[in-house]
Amino acid sequence: MRDVVITGIGLVSSAGEGLEAHLNALSGGGAPHTDLATFEPFPVHPATALEWDRQIPKKSDQRQMEPWQKLGCYAAGLALNAAGAKEDAALKGRMQLIVSAGGGERDYAVDGQILTGLRNAENPGVFLNERLMGDLRPTLFLAQLSNLLAGNIAIVHGVTGASRTFMGEESSGVDALRIARERIASGQDDIFLVGGAYNAERPDVLLIYEMGGFLWKKPYAPVWNRPAEGGGMILGSGACFMVLESREHAASRGAKPLAAVAGIASDRSRRKPGSAEASLHRLAKQLEAKPDVVISGATGIKGITEDEQAALKDIAPGAPVHATGDLVGHTMEAQAPTGVALAAGLIAGRKASEALVTSVGHWRGEGAIRLTKA
Amino acid sequence: MALRDTKGRPLVAVTGMGVVTSLGQGKDDTWAALTAGKSGIHRIERFPTDGLRTTIAGTVDHVDVEPFCAPVLSERLAMLAAEEAVGQSGLTPGDFPGALFIAVPPVEMEWPQRKALAEASGQEGDVTYKDLLKAAASGAFKPWHDLFIFGTVADRVADRFGTRGSPISLSTACSSGATAIQLGVEAIRRGETDAALCIGTDGSVNPESLIRFSLLSALSTQNENPEGASKPFSKNRDGFVMGEGGAALVLENAEAARARGATILGYVLGCGERGDSFHRTRSSPDGAPGIAALRQALADAGVQPDDIDYINAHGTSTPENDKMEAMSCTAVFGERMASLPISSNKSMIGHTLTAAGAVEAVMSLLTISTGRIPPTINYQVPDPAIPLDVVPNVARDAKVSYVLSNSFGFGGQNTCLVFGAEPKGA
Repeated sequence: MRDVVITGIGLVSSAGEGLEAHLNALSGGGAPHTDLATFEPFPVHPATALEWDRQIPKKSDQRQMEPWQKLGCYAAGLALNAAGAKEDAALKGRMQLIVSAGGGERDYAVDGQILTGLRNAENPGVFLNERLMGDLRPTLFLAQLSNLLAGNIAIVHGVTGASRTFMGEESSGVDALRIARERIASGQDDIFLVGGAYNAERPDVLLIYEMGGFLWKKPYAPVWNRPAEGGGMILGSGACFMVLESREHAASRGAKPLAAVAGIASDRSRRKPGSAEASLHRLAKQLEAKPDVVISGATGIKGITEDEQAALKDIAPGAPVHATGDLVGHTMEAQAPTGVALAAGLIAGRKASEALVTSVGHWRGEGAIRLTKA
Repeated sequence: MALRDTKGRPLVAVTGMGVVTSLGQGKDDTWAALTAGKSGIHRIERFPTDGLRTTIAGTVDHVDVEPFCAPVLSERLAMLAAEEAVGQSGLTPGDFPGALFIAVPPVEMEWPQRKALAEASGQEGDVTYKDLLKAAASGAFKPWHDLFIFGTVADRVADRFGTRGSPISLSTACSSGATAIQLGVEAIRRGETDAALCIGTDGSVNPESLIRFSLLSALSTQNENPEGASKPFSKNRDGFVMGEGGAALVLENAEAARARGATILGYVLGCGERGDSFHRTRSSPDGAPGIAALRQALADAGVQPDDIDYINAHGTSTPENDKMEAMSCTAVFGERMASLPISSNKSMIGHTLTAAGAVEAVMSLLTISTGRIPPTINYQVPDPAIPLDVVPNVARDAKVSYVLSNSFGFGGQNTCLVFGAEPKGA
């Protein structure tokens, strides 16, 4: 099996743009940026303002995308830059792409008008047809389709090996990385762009998680402190993409590895008290993890957050534990990639020699990623 | 026979298949109808179609689900197909010894649910998402969280069949079903698993989904004669017809399948894929990405273009797809393309979108095992720009050893698979 290394990271979130900004925020330890007002009573971690032109030069491309895709496309560009691949058309032409994604934004005004009109519509079905035919922007569909973030990355950045889009909330982020790593390690492919993007500043996604009772509705508190007060997650806008390749491939093109991806394990426990804890134990054992730092994807949701805390006490006694939720919020499909990026940054900066990144999904799915020195 | 391919990788055998489409439930019913040239396209009865440009589809109406919405119907179609496939494979139901790769339509909350939330909010003036959020806070709608998140269909299928590990839900738009199979093939070749359950499912014919495609002018508007609307490769083709369906394949390391005495139905010999950066919904005018995917699939399978006996086309019936597919195939197969049979199942079952690649994989393998090529129906007006042997209107008997199946999708997705009765050189 071949070693798999990370050679480029692109990261955007409420904590800023780029790996450095995030590592600084992590070491600074201050409270993260939140917006309490826009979706009151739901705080969100809003994406930092970005000059889209810097990574998505054509306005026509920007117009075809909604924020989740723009965030992802922007981060993908940063990752390609950092990996020294941005200007290498031939390399990007054989680069494989795996994206972890949900779906795209809606036209909230149109939805509201239709719901208002439906109340007194003589024939609701006919009314719905007429309004959707008349009011939906034709191109909005392309900003909603899950695989069109990958499509936009191909168009804007020319990454055209082939793309696959994984769905399934947090797990999709872990499994995107896992499959990319296995394909490289086994020699099936040499180089990948992998990552995900999430826009939390959307009432439709808040609605899904509020229906399930998963959202924190008070001002920001660290994820570990939330269970005592009922628990809940604060969604965050952000995106993270990384270039992964075999060690030999990186060496042959003179790319400097930041860290090695030593192993990725994921599973799906039947959730009950203690199941997430047991699952993390199994995954860490499978990876033979002996981390000196942990980057946790903990959500702050009651039960699973304490489960994870208990597991980490055994898996990584004495190691500092940083929660990505306390830095950028919960970025769902982008959560695991973001954790891996931060861990790779700490290892590259000699702040750690081995890191464990955890992902305990808010509703299902557990994952762990072990990173070591390159 | 060697149980490794010419590249030294484990051979990937198919030991179970299941399918459900508008033509029927199970591969026997579907295959009988498909080779009889029957159409499953009909007028939409599921919701009012007043004011719509397209009023026909290949919906699956013989399956009842509650609440009626895309994720629940898609889940049911996946379950039905997988029950048939796993049943045929002889593997223990509920204890599937491998991973799940499932192509599912991107889900989101639908209008009946939005309407229920709006009503529950008590808002009597203008409704906004603030009102929906207020209604959601009551906790009365908790099951809808699980219903409308992306990983749920896979989770439930994994529970039912006892697949191992984290199930993978995926989308590569209209090539998703083929990608699910490709992921399974790769995992077996890596030696990660000896078995994979690969599924494509789509039950998303609802007003908004249909209107979205309609607004992109992708759908046929020839509503008068629903059965005649899907006309792949015909000069008067005017768009695709939405269809629903599900298909499942049990893939196994051939050595493991042989060791347990399983009946091998055929092999997935090769996979090819290629991204296209030209446009969000259109292919590169030179067809280069599609051509590359075709060639890669043949090379991966270790076969030459001349070995292929039949092409199961993507064949959507849109002006663009059929022209580009014919061009790409001609580039790869040369003059032989004029006489190499190529037919489109979509002429009968419509475009089953996320499921299409998996449904058509099952049909490709049945073509090999039965020696009968399903036709392209509704082929009355040939397109002189694409002179192909589309197996017009009537099924044809032929010895078919190797099939190429094409899948192309929005977002620059091109995925091609090669199936065989036996590996080349066996």
